[in-house]
Amino acid sequence: MDDRSPSPLSLAFPLALVILAAAVVGTFFLLDWRLDVASEHGRGVDQMIFFLLVCTGPLFVAGHLAVAWFVWKSRWRDTPAYLPPSPRAEWLATLIPVLLIGAVAEGGVLAIGMPVWGQVYREEPDTLPVEIVGKQFEWIARYPGRDGKFGRTEPTLIDDVENPLGLDEDDPAATDDIVVRGALYLPSGRAASIRIRSLDVLHSFAVPVMRTKQDAVPGLVTRTQMRPTTPGKYEITCAELCGMGHYRMRGYVNVLTPEEFEAWRARQVGWFE
Amino acid sequence: MEGPSGGLVRMSGTHAAGGFWTRYVFSRDHKVIGIQYILTAMAMGLVGGALAAWIRVQLAWPGSAGISPEQYPSLVTMHGTLMIFFVVSLALVSGLGNIIIPLQVGARDMAYPFLNMLSFWTVLPACPLMLASFFVPGGAAAAGWTAYPPLSALKGAIPGSGWGQSLWLLAMALFIASFTMGGLNFVATIFNLRARGLTMMRLPLACWTYLVSSILGLLSFPALTAAAIMLLLDRHAGTSFFVPSGVVIAGQVQAHQGGTPLLFQHLFWFLGHPEVYVLVLPALGIAFDVIAAFSRRPPHGYRITVWSLIVVAVLGMVVWGHHMFTSGMNPYLGKYFSVVTLLITLPFAAIGVNLVASLWRARLRWTPAMLWALGLISAVGTGGLGGVYLGNATADLHFHDSYFVVGHFHFMIGMVTLFGTFAGIFYWFPKLTGRLMNERLGRLHFWLTSLPMFALFFLMHLQGLRGMMRRYYEFSQDYVAPVLWLQPVLTVLAFVVFASQALFLINFFRSPFRGESAGPNPWNATTLEWTTPSPAPHGNWPDETPSAWRGPYEYSRNGNESDFELQSAPAAPGVLPSKR
Ligand code: HEM
Ligand SMILES: [Cu+2]
Ligand SMILES: [Cu+2]
Repeated sequence: MDDRSPSPLSLAFPLALVILAAAVVGTFFLLDWRLDVASEHGRGVDQMIFFLLVCTGPLFVAGHLAVAWFVWKSRWRDTPAYLPPSPRAEWLATLIPVLLIGAVAEGGVLAIGMPVWGQVYREEPDTLPVEIVGKQFEWIARYPGRDGKFGRTEPTLIDDVENPLGLDEDDPAATDDIVVRGALYLPSGRAASIRIRSLDVLHSFAVPVMRTKQDAVPGLVTRTQMRPTTPGKYEITCAELCGMGHYRMRGYVNVLTPEEFEAWRARQVGWFE
Repeated sequence: MEGPSGGLVRMSGTHAAGGFWTRYVFSRDHKVIGIQYILTAMAMGLVGGALAAWIRVQLAWPGSAGISPEQYPSLVTMHGTLMIFFVVSLALVSGLGNIIIPLQVGARDMAYPFLNMLSFWTVLPACPLMLASFFVPGGAAAAGWTAYPPLSALKGAIPGSGWGQSLWLLAMALFIASFTMGGLNFVATIFNLRARGLTMMRLPLACWTYLVSSILGLLSFPALTAAAIMLLLDRHAGTSFFVPSGVVIAGQVQAHQGGTPLLFQHLFWFLGHPEVYVLVLPALGIAFDVIAAFSRRPPHGYRITVWSLIVVAVLGMVVWGHHMFTSGMNPYLGKYFSVVTLLITLPFAAIGVNLVASLWRARLRWTPAMLWALGLISAVGTGGLGGVYLGNATADLHFHDSYFVVGHFHFMIGMVTLFGTFAGIFYWFPKLTGRLMNERLGRLHFWLTSLPMFALFFLMHLQGLRGMMRRYYEFSQDYVAPVLWLQPVLTVLAFVVFASQALFLINFFRSPFRGESAGPNPWNATTLEWTTPSPAPHGNWPDETPSAWRGPYEYSRNGNESDFELQSAPAAPGVLPSKR
């Protein structure tokens, strides 16, 4: 069991680690992983992620190089004696990297992350109220209409063709509600306050390009907020397993200029009009 | 400790004389039970791995795998369930834990050998029960390994929510019962049956991690038990714990009233998060032991590691909500869960740093076990840094339920746990069989498994950054198009991983007969299990059980003649070991 002669692995292994670390860093430059962003808080989310990439990247590389270095050095080491470091040195060797990682993790979320979290969840004044409803397997948008109020809905009234949301005709507030299947229209530059519901199982309203994701929970109204920055057509997708059609539960967010949006809204007629 | 060990000696006497059935089948010997767990996990691993391979074919070449959109969620659900509960939990925790703990604490067996046998025979029927669900009407459970209601509660919501989901819940109930009995045994053994002189601060780190992991399991599994029972009642007894009023499935308003799906999520993750530590910590403990033996020096910062483990466990119990940032829970809770989750990086990083620092001034021996332990350091470092992204609530708005998550948890509960398991099997194999596993095959297996796995799961992170969602049958969204060319590449890597397990299986099943003979202490290691002959007999030590006179890692001490000192070597003639 004496293997004092250097094993080829004491060369191969550190080399593999160095190549691995280089490859990981390299893929970030070679692969097209960056997604467009089209909302205000989305830029904040990206800054958060960018901060983490920039800070954890060197930690990742340093960790791998440290292992590679120690392993490489062991190739020549032949002294059986091992001098334990003093308890103080031992503590320091552990504590310094730990504090570094802690500062990146906590500092990042507190300084950069939380303000962005607030942009999403702290209700802004003068938002555009809209509703998005998930059902197997489509997204249905609703606007409150001229009265600014969402009308009453009733599950027993739901009819997939005639009345997909089960709007109650007896409620005056429901008459002018605008219902759009599969698409959400938003003006750029104005924050939309999005209430999210589900008619059946869990879904998750996800617009990757907006960095928006919020579950649709039956029995609950959840809420998220976003301010689109750039007009365009962006995909809505579902981020919570909801059944066999989960993967094709799509929709679109159409971001219009404020004028286009007002024109679009003026053309819509209420559900019972 | 006269009582229990005396009793065990007597019992082992009767057992050794027993026939084939009591020795190899209904055995109470912890080593036999450990091997039974590992064999069971291997069989389930073949199924879970085949499912992964099959899923990957669909993802690379949609439509060519013969999987329909109805079946796809079932395959993903069963792959995840089998891998977590029936492969990693059984092989690493129940299996290796059984083998290692009594030997390392110097006990003749587990504290409750009969309970130990019972826990294996409780989980065994769960395996066919779980697999049978592929063949029932509607197919296997399809609501994900997380089994979120209402999908899992309402029969019409997805085909797998018929019989398949009920079988899933029953099999899980058996699993939990078994795992709870196993955990109790681990804790009782480590607390009560330690050798004379084996103080807690002389306990090998593998034992420490099994102790912390078992306590975490005992504290957290009851929440899942409760959730599973409530879900069964919702499904079959008309209750509405998790289903609110007014749910409409296929045009039918459901009769349920007044429940909330979020309750299930809280209960599930109250278990689910600690569960990842239940799985990952023992792998780290094994790595510490293996690295110490093959670097010929004590691990860096033993005490720091022990305390860090305890802090990880305590914090790990109160961060479950980081799986629910986007679930609709109060945004202030999201902040709390984010800040506390990221606090765990501190003790966890301490453990990781200590693993790395344990290689400083080392004298390495390149056994396959050491390769796995070194690979584990890379995996736990990379996966751990990924956790910093996911614990950050703001970043999670983008990452939640994407392939970034899939990549991350495969690093932690896929790679770290499997690497630890392989390290453990190579390391303790001689103690069980008296023979060594083949090193050349072992090295080949290491390279062909670890590198492709790293590439496979790392690249998934980048797909997630691009916004690719998990549990998707296929990807037709425009925005992910630039990373879809990776799909066939990842599938080929997955096939290399899957195929290279044949090398391990050959090695594992051939070496008990063909392997080189091993003496009692083939690695010149220090802990108590290396003081008994290999293979260790039933009752573990042919005559008296050892006492511990020193710490677990006395390697390369200055001034000693040999480069290691067994834990059982008396400090000086006539000096008694200190009390426990
Ligand atoms: C080479 C081996 C493996 C491959 C190629 C693989 C592949 C995959 C893929 C592609 C998915 C996601 C499917 C989807 O979301 O559509 C997945 C999910 C999962 N895998 Fe693996 N996997 C492997 C090994 C493991 C291991 C060892 C574990 C151990 C715990 C594991 C645990 C899981 C879990 C828990 C899920 C989530 C299931 C769910 O979404 O409900 N996998 N795997
Ligand atoms: Cu969905
Ligand atoms: Cu967690």
